[in-house]
Amino acid sequence: MIPSIDLVLLSLVVVLAIAAITVRDLLSAIMLLSAYSFLMAMVWVEMHSVDVAFTEAAVGAGASTAFLIAALSRTVRWEKK
Amino acid sequence: MNTGKSETEEGKKRSGDVIVETISRVMVPFIQLFALYVIMHGSSGPGGGFQGGVIFGASFVLLVIAFGIVNAGNRFPEAVNTALFSTGVYIYAGVGLLCIICSLGAAQYLNYGFLSLPVHFEERRALGMDFIEIGVGITVMAVIAEIFFNLAWKKEEKKEGGKE
Repeated sequence: MIPSIDLVLLSLVVVLAIAAITVRDLLSAIMLLSAYSFLMAMVWVEMHSVDVAFTEAAVGAGASTAFLIAALSRTVRWEKK
Repeated sequence: MNTGKSETEEGKKRSGDVIVETISRVMVPFIQLFALYVIMHGSSGPGGGFQGGVIFGASFVLLVIAFGIVNAGNRFPEAVNTALFSTGVYIYAGVGLLCIICSLGAAQYLNYGFLSLPVHFEERRALGMDFIEIGVGITVMAVIAEIFFNLAWKKEEKKEGGKE
């Protein structure tokens, strides 16, 4: 593990997670969660667990983003205040 | 930026984007080939039946997003998907039971070494693991595609019913 890369990745993960739960646009929240999943996959690779990273990239960033967008198409895009 | 809503509505009206359709038509065979590679290499490297199945299902999701749920989804009927995901479970359970049957009850469930294949003991183990991965991959592929279709399709069906 390289500490500087870890520090950058983990701080970006925290920023993306906070942004995903505070943003009002639900489509933006889905995209932020997708980016969060990709960064988590990078963190897993950094921890030398390639199999978990593979699963995270395929399921978290690929399939669940498509599912969330399909679910969003049945409701409204903007969260009410 | 398109929302999911306008994507599915556009797909229904068949006013698809030429670039999106062409790119997805070119990309889908490569995605599926990569998924098969991941499934077959699951025993000796990263990957496996679950990840390969998810990638294979994601290629169908890409087709549906590009061509519209009505045009692409009609090619994957629900009966075929149901048959596929039970087929995968049957492959898994069948290989597991075959290990017990071939060893006349001496070996455990999924003890691949006792499959009666005309190869070495270690090679039987690798082949049995690959059969299991194929079963898992078929099930996960069908389930991912079916979940996406059920999530995205209901509105379109209602609209069509209203028109008729």
